[in-house]
Amino acid sequence: MTAPEPGAAARPEFVRDIGRSGFGVVEKPLTAWERLWNQSAVRKTLLLLAMAAVWEVYATLLNNPLLFPKFSDTLVAFYDGVVKGTLLQRGWFSIKVLLQGYVAGLLLATLLTAFAIMSRIGNDLLETLTAMFNPLPAIALLPLALIWFGLGNGSLIFVLIHSVLWAVALNTHSGFQSVSQTLRMVGRNYGLSGPRYVLHILMPAAFPSILTGMKIGWAFAWRTLIAAELVFGVSSGSGGLGWFIYENKNQLDIPNVFAGLFSVILIGLLVDGIFRNVERRTVRRWGMQS
Amino acid sequence: MAGPDESAPLLEASGVTLQYKTKDHLVTATYRVSFNIHAADRFIILGPSGCGKSTLLKAAGGYLQPVEGAIRLNGQAISRPGSDRVMVFQEFDQLLPWKTVKENVMFALTASGTLSGRQAAERALHYIDKVKLSAFADSYPHTLSGGMKQRVAIARGMAMEPKILLMDEPFAALDALTRRKMQEELLQLWEETRFTVLFVTHSIPEAVVLGNRILLMSPHPGQVKAELNSDGNDAVRADGRSLSEHIHDLLFADDIEETAHDRA
Repeated sequence: MTAPEPGAAARPEFVRDIGRSGFGVVEKPLTAWERLWNQSAVRKTLLLLAMAAVWEVYATLLNNPLLFPKFSDTLVAFYDGVVKGTLLQRGWFSIKVLLQGYVAGLLLATLLTAFAIMSRIGNDLLETLTAMFNPLPAIALLPLALIWFGLGNGSLIFVLIHSVLWAVALNTHSGFQSVSQTLRMVGRNYGLSGPRYVLHILMPAAFPSILTGMKIGWAFAWRTLIAAELVFGVSSGSGGLGWFIYENKNQLDIPNVFAGLFSVILIGLLVDGIFRNVERRTVRRWGMQS
Repeated sequence: MAGPDESAPLLEASGVTLQYKTKDHLVTATYRVSFNIHAADRFIILGPSGCGKSTLLKAAGGYLQPVEGAIRLNGQAISRPGSDRVMVFQEFDQLLPWKTVKENVMFALTASGTLSGRQAAERALHYIDKVKLSAFADSYPHTLSGGMKQRVAIARGMAMEPKILLMDEPFAALDALTRRKMQEELLQLWEETRFTVLFVTHSIPEAVVLGNRILLMSPHPGQVKAELNSDGNDAVRADGRSLSEHIHDLLFADDIEETAHDRA
């Protein structure tokens, strides 16, 4: 060792033998209860059960099935609806219309965005249109749609397209614009251009934004559809879930109204689950979104 | 300034002036730059920021057209990006995040139509092995460290077996230790395959270690200041100074001149 620096206090060196015992627990599995409590699904299920219990107790105390049916009555109504098939049929009707509008909206959004990335005027068109129509609630177009397309699926699909198109186009476009310059250069380096460039570089690189747009578009569309059905759902004989709710309210069959709302929520959760699954398999797996 | 190799150069830049537009300026990045790169050269373009070295590399890549002069590859003027000149960038996001390491290398081969299917996979694995990443072939880029990502990018570039590899400060964003290691590995790869590389850097030690020929550029606009040979050992020159000291003096001399000029 060299002589200590002037001003530094002299201290002896030491080397220790590290003992291999005597410090209690190094690693120990958590108890079963702790591990269970760490699962958010378990905690959320408990919350749901607690809320259902509160609902049941409150409704029993209130004892006014017309205003606020018991949770158990709602469950029975829901079960009946599913078993008899009315709810399934109405639900399927809504989803069918929704899918038509959603797919048409996606196609139009694709066309519009394609036009926007190909030319500056297309870009301006997209920006102007989205700025104008994105804040406009789809339901506000319903009266106009009724005059143009009559009391039928045409009007529903029209307002659905409106609610999907702008959200998806806006997000896809901003996704394309934020694709890094490096990735673009890499794509061109390997000879990609035109549609192949869009397909192999732009679309996957913008996929997080595209997916967000599709999620927002779906949420808008689902709300718009149920609301529009409440106003006029009785087309082509049956009508969807919104109409189911409205109809049962008119017949003062309140448990069925709740069962209808329940179905709307369930379908929403189901689709949300699908999107989550897609996210987990794509953007999360690729580390493009945490 | 003809090198010892008398055969025709692989890449030839003659009187290249490059300009690009920003929002409110027309910037001249380089002014009448000429140099020749021969096969198996490790040609370094060294200069401070603002000397147009990256712009020059982009022009060699075909992303930018000279307003004056031309860059020729085997006598053919470069007019657009192509897979005979593969770029390796400084940025870590040059890998496609939605593809695994192996798929990234294969993508280069299949997108450019070089190889397809099994052959592409075989060649990809061969070069991934060369950069010692075989264990990570099926990993996604976001799980790799910065140095590993750059190694994948180099493997992807080499798998294309291009006429020339264009590297734009590929190690600049790495920590000092990783950087040293990557430089050694690149030299080792060169020993094995003797590819031609055009390497842009602003680090004098990196230029001295990696290059066999160093083009020194001065900034605003970029002009050729000197072209020097290097044996990789930072050898002491006839004037008693080491190569890196010599380069330092050449670059530093500019500053003195500029300051003197400003005061005049």
